[in-house]
Amino acid sequence: MFSPLMMNTWITASIVAVIAGIVGFFAVLRGSTFAAHAIPNGAFAGAAGASLLGINVIWGLAVFAVAGALGIGVLGAESRGRKARHDVVTALALVVMLGLGALFVSISTQYAEETYALLFGEVFGVSSAEVLPILGLGIAAAIAIAVAFRPLMLTSALPEVAEARGVSTRRAELYFLIVMALATSMTVPVVGALLMFSLMIGPAAAARSVTARPGTALALSVVIAVVTVWLSIALSYQTNWPLGFFVGTIGAGFYLVGQAARAVTPRRAAVS
Amino acid sequence: MHFLFEPGLFSSGPVRTALIVGAVVAVTSGVIGVFTVLRGQSFAGHALADVATTGGSGAFLIGLNQFWGFLAVGVAAAALMEAIGVQRRRGRDVATGVVLGAALGAAALFLYLGTLKTATTGASFTVLFGSIFVISPDTVPALVASGVIALLVVAVLSRVLLLTSVSPDLARARGVHVRLVGIGYLAALAVSVSLASVAIGAVLSTALLIGPSATALRVTKSPVRAMAASALTGLVATWLGIVLAYDSYYWPPHGHGWPVSFFVVALVLVGYLLSYIRPRGKRVPRSPHQEEQECGPATGGPETSLGATAHV
Amino acid sequence: MTLSSPEETASRVAGGPDEHAPGADLLRLEGIGVRLGGRQVLSDVTFSLGKGEFTGIIGPNGAGKTTLLRVILGLIEPSGGRVLVNGEPLHNKNKAAIGYVPQKLVIDPDMPLRARDVVSLGLDGHKLGFGFPSRQRRELVDAALADVGAAAYADARVGELSGGEQQRVLVAHALISRPKLLLLDEPLANLDLRSEQEIVAVLGKLAREHDIAVLLSAHDMNPLLGVMDRIVYVANGHAASGPTDEVVTSEGLTRLYGHHVDVVRVHGRVLVVAGE
Repeated sequence: MFSPLMMNTWITASIVAVIAGIVGFFAVLRGSTFAAHAIPNGAFAGAAGASLLGINVIWGLAVFAVAGALGIGVLGAESRGRKARHDVVTALALVVMLGLGALFVSISTQYAEETYALLFGEVFGVSSAEVLPILGLGIAAAIAIAVAFRPLMLTSALPEVAEARGVSTRRAELYFLIVMALATSMTVPVVGALLMFSLMIGPAAAARSVTARPGTALALSVVIAVVTVWLSIALSYQTNWPLGFFVGTIGAGFYLVGQAARAVTPRRAAVS
Repeated sequence: MHFLFEPGLFSSGPVRTALIVGAVVAVTSGVIGVFTVLRGQSFAGHALADVATTGGSGAFLIGLNQFWGFLAVGVAAAALMEAIGVQRRRGRDVATGVVLGAALGAAALFLYLGTLKTATTGASFTVLFGSIFVISPDTVPALVASGVIALLVVAVLSRVLLLTSVSPDLARARGVHVRLVGIGYLAALAVSVSLASVAIGAVLSTALLIGPSATALRVTKSPVRAMAASALTGLVATWLGIVLAYDSYYWPPHGHGWPVSFFVVALVLVGYLLSYIRPRGKRVPRSPHQEEQECGPATGGPETSLGATAHV
Repeated sequence: MTLSSPEETASRVAGGPDEHAPGADLLRLEGIGVRLGGRQVLSDVTFSLGKGEFTGIIGPNGAGKTTLLRVILGLIEPSGGRVLVNGEPLHNKNKAAIGYVPQKLVIDPDMPLRARDVVSLGLDGHKLGFGFPSRQRRELVDAALADVGAAAYADARVGELSGGEQQRVLVAHALISRPKLLLLDEPLANLDLRSEQEIVAVLGKLAREHDIAVLLSAHDMNPLLGVMDRIVYVANGHAASGPTDEVVTSEGLTRLYGHHVDVVRVHGRVLVVAGE
């Protein structure tokens, strides 16, 4: 399991999990769960398109994911009272990108395995050439989040105050969606477009059920995501079952544990 | 017109089947989609479709017609959704998402195991992206019947459904059994999603559910007219998609053909974008009072009332 | 009482116990008009307030109270008139003197934010990067929480707090950046009676002991009668400002509303009743 061939996977998967944990923390905080589901599908289209054109898959991933994020952020901008429109635009963006992906995949020749791998993940999905770009994207995403940490927190919890202080909530949302797109584009090759969502949401949701401190919740998000991915790789390697299956199931498992923990801890009795 | 209707189009059996099934799918999704959008349940509707994927792949694994798999899991998931009921919005989204992820993971597993068992490839593609050209003619009656039943249920419930979508409390006060209506609606939704899954695939079925209805709701606020417009838009997109997909056999790469689902989704998107072109003066001026009112908390989630108008 | 017009105000500036000299004004609105959606929502609103003064913007729903607050915060451009903070027009530097307390937090009960985290965001939430925890920061947060009486639940999950408790946390959040003026948007709207009284007491104390001006909007003036120094009554697109007893009279409000209105005082409570 730890052969040189697999090392790419272990390294990439760890980077992917760290970023997924960080981005997921904010996605859950901001309630961007639908976008977190839609944007990876853009990545799927991009990867399919890129492999069709024969260019490095990562760039296809990034371009399409970012385009999807822009579409959702700009067209579906969530102004007061417009949640319905935001959802509709997100849903449409999601299916359009999947549809494009279907097109690209069907035109290229290896379509069966490729569809499957891109959507559900693949243990051997990462070539040596891709490790460095993925690391680069990961670092970029991490820096982008670190730089905007406070404004992101402020716009999530106190959007009106943020506006009053001159921090545009719309721009913050767009910024975050683009970061999510970049983060997604690096994870799709390993975890798969459809399951990337689980890796972002499950660990973050579990973490915040357990602790109220934001810093701790963020760190825990990352830890749980990494553990999820490591377990999934190991199990997938042994059973030959799809990686995505384990990610989805283990992610759900952690979430349930978090919910149970929450149900069991005594909540603060509201005094007044 | 020759370039549009390539030779052999109308004499082709699969095409005729596709057109019939496509029509049923489009009309069912179009009508039910209007309620989905009004209830602000786009995400839930999409989640239902993705969960249905598990059913389709499971059916594939045990050698059953995928439609029944979609339907069985779809209905079960719909019932579960209704049972879980009203919760604060964000918690619900996260829970939905996690279940979605687990379901897709299971779908991945079923597809993999099924591929091993039957030594066929391409099952992933058809479950996910539809197989409208390879529907066997003997399943057509079942498909059409399901669609008709779903439409009848919605037609019977339409007034109550509208009321509960706009204000569940008002409906309850009038003696409407909100829960039962919700179940009926979700069952119809499951059927329409299953039908669409067969045609253009589970993960893309949302396009026919949300797209035409959102388009229609942008153009008219009358629910009845919206349903008609939505069904029509969906129908046009589907039929045109089928025709173009057939034609694409003659496009590069030759002999291969582009997927129907791609065309349908693309056309749905075009329709939605076209609805942004409005004739001048159509915009209803909003009173500043309305502006002030909307300053409040964001409108509620899946099961809470959306307010009198849905901004799409 | 002034039914605002700049000329009238100017002529009364020198005398009268209810007007202060322009130079002492912390906040001054002159002839503010606002147009929204093609309609003139507010016209010719003039009032001022100074250090440590407690002013209530009172009026029926939809009258334009929130709009007025948004003008002061610089979120809406007035169609006429001007806003002066410390004698100067509103710009980024003097905006910092205003601490805004929104009506509520956008949260769900599971959000990983404690009360102290929300307050901490008040220090520098708009700056880039993430603030490193420091002893100084912690002390400032603790002090702000103590000032509003929220120290007991500093470490509780903010989503689990009651409406009144959250309100206090929001006030502490605004307070920590040492504003000269606290601006609150309908703080009493969703509170039960006891929480209402408590928050009013907290705000009154802040005004008196810390010399912070308080400006809040409400549709019922009664909970505020004990602490309010002046009132800005908004109705029918216009505003009248001055001491409560002078502004809230049958004649004055009738003039403001443009139709007959009775003001009834019973057991220390004020009732504004629309007449025939």
